[in-house]
Amino acid sequence: MSDYNFAYLDEQTKRMIRRAILKALAIPGYQVPFASREMPMPYGWGTGGVQVSAACLTPGDTLKVIDQGADDTTNAVSIRKFFEKTAQVATTEETARASLIQTRHRIPEEPLTEDQILVYQVPIPEPLRFLEPSEVETRKMHALEEYGLMHVKLYEDISQHGAIATAYAYPVKVEGRYVMDPSPIPKFDNPKLSMAAIQLFGAGREQRIYALPPYTRVVSLDFEDHPFEASKADHDCDLCGADDSYLDEVITDDAGGRMFVCSDTDYCRARRAAGHIGAQGAPYEEATA
Amino acid sequence: MTPLLQVHDLAKFYGPRRGCEGVSFDLWPGEVMGIVGESGSGKSTLLSCLAGHLPPDRGEVIFDTRGQGPRDTLTMSEPERRMLMRTDWAFVHQHARDGLRMGVSAGGNVGERLMAVGARHYGHIREQAIDWLGRVEIAADRVDDKPQAFSGGMQQRLQIARNLVTGPRLVFMDEPTGGLDVSVQARLLDLLRGLVREMGLSAIIVTHDLAVVRLLADRLMVMKDGRVVEDGLTDQVLDDPQHGYTQLLVSSVLQV
Repeated sequence: MSDYNFAYLDEQTKRMIRRAILKALAIPGYQVPFASREMPMPYGWGTGGVQVSAACLTPGDTLKVIDQGADDTTNAVSIRKFFEKTAQVATTEETARASLIQTRHRIPEEPLTEDQILVYQVPIPEPLRFLEPSEVETRKMHALEEYGLMHVKLYEDISQHGAIATAYAYPVKVEGRYVMDPSPIPKFDNPKLSMAAIQLFGAGREQRIYALPPYTRVVSLDFEDHPFEASKADHDCDLCGADDSYLDEVITDDAGGRMFVCSDTDYCRARRAAGHIGAQGAPYEEATA
Repeated sequence: MTPLLQVHDLAKFYGPRRGCEGVSFDLWPGEVMGIVGESGSGKSTLLSCLAGHLPPDRGEVIFDTRGQGPRDTLTMSEPERRMLMRTDWAFVHQHARDGLRMGVSAGGNVGERLMAVGARHYGHIREQAIDWLGRVEIAADRVDDKPQAFSGGMQQRLQIARNLVTGPRLVFMDEPTGGLDVSVQARLLDLLRGLVREMGLSAIIVTHDLAVVRLLADRLMVMKDGRVVEDGLTDQVLDDPQHGYTQLLVSSVLQV
């Protein structure tokens, strides 16, 4: 038996967070302030996402945690252990089996269903922040739908790089109303933001929660003559051969050797288990997984 | 013809102190009005009240809007007022860095107002930005440079381009030539005079520099201690000042 209350936070706090989540779902893309708590991890390590997950978890849930698509990196492992210890929920690495997925900077490749919740860890929730430092002013801009400034950022991109160079945290417009920062997911994932699952965004240090209800219309901002393009490395996965997944570039030696592998480790593992082999892959063996 | 801007009995107090009081005037389309006075005479307070940056304590500021005719800008809703500020109005600050985004390129600075009113075609925005840089005598190859890399005079010209790109009808200027050396001032004034005449702009220019109003303004208001002490045609006020303070002001100008 754990000495923690279920999922670490006390019931009043979870109640407060749930109210913020409900409000966020009612106004898609709107940043709802909430009384973020001190968590037993540093800011920037997913305190917002953890609080949202804690407020959503039930004892029957199956949790999956990913960090840049991977289930086995430090951040993912520690958060998974945190909830194993404080909530004793079942955990999994398989996207399809999870009922709640906490993610840092990726959307799983496998399409999510209506029975799933995707929780994002958000560092800076305000898409206008680096252009307008004043919170009073940005709130007013959201309230009055003054989003011209967002295009100034894209304009700067094109004028400097010849194309929209923003590759992650690419701003989107939600249901024709609020401009939202989808957290630092690669823009490759932007088209997936309109999905069947509930998406919740938690920013712990900035004390904001926002949400996308299922099947919300999410449009990536662009110019008429420079339309939005979901980009990825022009390569196939070297392990599983997938040509449709987002790839990480891995440096393998100091002589220029490199390989491209799926950033979604579960997707790659499942493909290799099904017999797909990439250019540098070896046949899949259960024991080594 | 209706006046573009009608001001009735405008007053602003800072606690018990008077910022400005009892200011009334009409500004007609195409007219340039100068407001002169010494430091602390209330001219900047008046300009801030007119431009909607400060809420006055009393009075009316009625602007002849494109769509709905004369409307009191003080009682209109905030979205309407802010819309006015980025379409029909423009505000040129004394310090260019107050009116520019210093981290954004010259082209982005000029394009911001266009994008704020819905322009979404990069090519067209850039074309217009380069056209406007040309009009304020900034070379087209500087379009991607940040304002930090510009001289003071260029920054001020860039600010003017940024403000005029949406074709406003009323421009507020707060000491547009302050802090620039005299030769740069002269060129800037020449440029401003050309633009004002060419675009048929109305403008309200606050300055303590009588040479600026002599060159630019059709009409002049002289302020002292928050009140207007004298007004009239620029040449008339400057050449034949009636009020004691105006006489002092005119005679204080150094003759080289």
